[in-house]
Amino acid sequence: MEWETVIGLEIHTQLLTKSKIFSGASTAFGAPPNTQACLVDLGYPGVLPVLNHEAVRMAVKFGVAIGAQVAERSVFARKNYFYPDLPKGYQISQYELPVVSKGSVEIELEDGTSKRIGITRAHLEEDAGKSLHEGFEGVSGIDLNRAGTPLLEIVSEPDMRSAREAVAYMKKIHSLVRYLDICDGNMQEGSFRCDANVSVRRKGEAKYGTRAELKNINSFHFVEKAIEYEIARQIELLEGGGKVVQETRLYDSKKNETRSMRSKEEANDYRYFPDPDLLPLVIEPAFIEAVRKTLPELPDAKKQRFAEHYCLSSYDASLLTASRALADYYEAVVKAVGGEPKLCANWVMGELAAALNRDNKEITESPVSAAVLAGLIKRVLDNTVSGKLAKDVFEAMWAGEGDADAVIGKRGLKQITDSSAIEKIIDEVMAVNPEQLTGYRGGKDKLFAFFVGQVMKASKGKANPQQVNELLKRKLAG
Amino acid sequence: MSLTPDEVKTIARLARLAIGEQDIQQYARNLSRILEFVAQLDQADTRDVVPMAHPLDMAQRLRSDVVSETDQRDLFQQNAPQVQAGLYIVPKVIE
Amino acid sequence: MLTQTLAELSRDLKARKVSSAEVTSAYLARIQRFNPQINAFITVLQEQALAEARAADARIAKGDAHLLTGVPIAHKDIFCTAGVKTSCGSKMLDNFVAPYDAHIVTRLKQAGSVLLGKTNMDEFAMGSSNETSFYGPVKNPWDSTRVPGGSSGGSAAVVAARLACAATGTDTGGSIRQPAALVGLTGVKPTYGRVSRYGMIAFASSLDQAGVIAYTAEDAALLLSVIAGFDPRDSTSVDRPVPDYAATLEQPIRGLRIGVPREFFDPGLDRRVAEAVQTALSIYKKLGARVQDISLPNFGLSVPTYYVVAPAEASSNLSRFDGVRFGHRCGNPVDLMDLYTRSRGEGFGAEVKRRIMTGTYVLSAGYYDAYYLKAQKTRALIRRDFLEAFTHVDVIMGPTTPTPAFRLGEKTDDPVTMYLNDIYANGVNLAGLPGLSIPMGFVDGLPVGLQIIGNYFDEARMLGVAHQYQRETDWHRQVPKGFE
Repeated sequence: MEWETVIGLEIHTQLLTKSKIFSGASTAFGAPPNTQACLVDLGYPGVLPVLNHEAVRMAVKFGVAIGAQVAERSVFARKNYFYPDLPKGYQISQYELPVVSKGSVEIELEDGTSKRIGITRAHLEEDAGKSLHEGFEGVSGIDLNRAGTPLLEIVSEPDMRSAREAVAYMKKIHSLVRYLDICDGNMQEGSFRCDANVSVRRKGEAKYGTRAELKNINSFHFVEKAIEYEIARQIELLEGGGKVVQETRLYDSKKNETRSMRSKEEANDYRYFPDPDLLPLVIEPAFIEAVRKTLPELPDAKKQRFAEHYCLSSYDASLLTASRALADYYEAVVKAVGGEPKLCANWVMGELAAALNRDNKEITESPVSAAVLAGLIKRVLDNTVSGKLAKDVFEAMWAGEGDADAVIGKRGLKQITDSSAIEKIIDEVMAVNPEQLTGYRGGKDKLFAFFVGQVMKASKGKANPQQVNELLKRKLAG
Repeated sequence: MSLTPDEVKTIARLARLAIGEQDIQQYARNLSRILEFVAQLDQADTRDVVPMAHPLDMAQRLRSDVVSETDQRDLFQQNAPQVQAGLYIVPKVIE
Repeated sequence: MLTQTLAELSRDLKARKVSSAEVTSAYLARIQRFNPQINAFITVLQEQALAEARAADARIAKGDAHLLTGVPIAHKDIFCTAGVKTSCGSKMLDNFVAPYDAHIVTRLKQAGSVLLGKTNMDEFAMGSSNETSFYGPVKNPWDSTRVPGGSSGGSAAVVAARLACAATGTDTGGSIRQPAALVGLTGVKPTYGRVSRYGMIAFASSLDQAGVIAYTAEDAALLLSVIAGFDPRDSTSVDRPVPDYAATLEQPIRGLRIGVPREFFDPGLDRRVAEAVQTALSIYKKLGARVQDISLPNFGLSVPTYYVVAPAEASSNLSRFDGVRFGHRCGNPVDLMDLYTRSRGEGFGAEVKRRIMTGTYVLSAGYYDAYYLKAQKTRALIRRDFLEAFTHVDVIMGPTTPTPAFRLGEKTDDPVTMYLNDIYANGVNLAGLPGLSIPMGFVDGLPVGLQIIGNYFDEARMLGVAHQYQRETDWHRQVPKGFE
């Protein structure tokens, strides 16, 4: 039996405002519990919400970036349910009339083709607080610092057909919101969270299967794992004659499994109605146009420009534009070097990316700045240092030993380009290897490599390899 | 429109209200009476009428993104039934 | 001294004929003596009031007094008062001390008024008789076997009994106008959005509006000039200049067009109340007003519409009372569900539970369209009728209530009978219009009220029209027996 998977994602992005969506409390992460929960966030009797301008601007920015409709009039509603991390007993969210609707993004598939993923809507809402269980016996502690943090919930169409596609889409949105500077994308701190609606159906079937909603999947890796687990679970269930139940399931990353969340099943009659404490949000066309003018170059456009302008492969261009910071870094390197975009790309995606990855650092935290890296690449280009030794120079720069010139000077890694010096080394090598010399001259061409190796070794890798080649050929020929 | 005692229990649970078994009948009677009374609205012709959520036709005002609140946890928690280490304490939340 | 209006007292204070400390002490003494009879205060602020009175006297002596400086007033216990218990008439908030002041509390404090205490009210403002209060019913000073009306029954009773010079109230479906009518006072509900709702514990957010209960339209005008105005903390507060309401009271009303909706004169209206309305209208005619018959065709929909919209909003507004951050918490909850259901089951009284359940029902899946959405549409029809009427009249007049004050316990068995007591009031809230009630005579020795409904933000005219009537009559000067 052939099965097809259908996936839609709901991504919650915390917007990078200073204050909360409906109150003047700070949104900074990591404060002591309940010290950033004001009367409005606590749902105290008598206090009222007032909407944050910046949250609206950021939502509009996202809408414009995905080519969506920005609603002239959108409405905040109350989603009613009882939960200890939800102080008012309702969440203020947008229901029937969201601020953003009908947009899309393109994702790149493994075969190099791209696919359009529809975005049904993106709406503004308030985040809930947190329940803490550790260190308590039989009770939980409630921290409402996060309550009221602005969220933009981005809801996709059920357009994805595999866990890989879901991850590609999630990465795309992740990159986009950071490009737009509306979300820091920090998944550990929960600034970027994802729920996945997963169902399977027989290939060719027009109707969608019953879906399960997977919660709490907060890394790209876990999204893939959780969805794959869930697909397998649903197929096994259906092939065994069972039925998928529409429910909310929690992904447990330690056990790599999803399990039913009974607590969320209880209250699914949310009794949405327009929040009478808030008036309709009216967004004038002039506001949208003003926001449009602030849009940075977006990932797709940047990628295309990189590919064309820097003659990079589509793959390289897409890696280099994965984040705005990386793209900016790369462009700064190219500019400082004064060309050689391919060589610069190799360095950024090679040594630099490997070092960042190894030390778990963001590009913005790189100890080697774009100017410093460019300095090294220039030394490679002007033959001051060989490509091979340049890697050692890079490591030294990474370790904080100074810029390329300082490291090269201090460690004596300067390339030997003086022909007479190289000739001298060659002469010495030929002198101590008479047998090989005879062999070479007798027709054993393969021994050429042996001589190159010996000369490089004798020069401690510093001799310019091209010159070594040329000079050796001449000298060996006798 | 008449509500059965079981329906009353369902609504009470949704609204998180403990209602004594002995009071269910009375609530069923009263709520049925209220719902019957408001059911008169059915007769009103509301074709093409735009629903009205607010008395005034105004748009939402926006506040500038400024942190104006300071930490007043101790004051606010004076009304709290149970706190520990700055957290509001509730029976265990099971997810 | 205690039969003076607020305006008269204000003049005497300013002229230093009397000190605020003296007046405040006299009121506190009366409260001590009379409050046990009428149960109109939940909290009396003896020490605090005297301290405020002394501060007011100092301010008057310095010469920077406001008209309200030194005037002793009371707040309905729905307004948050920093450091003072704010119960909303409920067991749920019996232990609740507000950490902040409501907008109007701040405004009146800044003006220098003296706060005597917090008044009794129907629980969470849900009621028309003050019988749903956790603190027991308030008695009508005109007849202690009768209700003072509600939900601002405590505020109405304290002013009627001369236990405060004026009091604040809130009006969601008549809760200022109806009690003012039933105790013979002037009660003003401003246009929705005219007075900030910040710090006023919400019942039904799209209907709630703060206002005042006072002896005269002039007193109300002085108070309203202070509490009205824009507040950025309330998204529904209207940013629009506040006129000096007292300044225009003397404008003649010759040529005023008064609309009288024929639908108000329905079989439920006591014949003698109807006659009192006609008598009042004849005074207006004598003053040169033109009285016209008008129609509000959808008037009959207002009470049922109100009893969908108000409970729906209330069911959600009251969800925050969950025993976690403030308010009543049940003993030894075994789990979360137990914490919620018992804390709320114990903390709320029967009427509040009925309204929460009604509201939960009308918003729930499968019923939303038939009830809530339908009511939003009939609400639009009700507003349309008023807008249409105001294209050819300046004010609308009629009775405030169908009958004078009813007996305690008389309407507690059938909620709908109770609800119908606000039949003339509900529509004004649904439309968001300003309305007031002034005393227009007595039926069976009990006061009855004339309702005046103004156009949006036309409070100045509405108050002037009421003031002109009070220049011709002395109903507002009557003091209930035993409280002279």
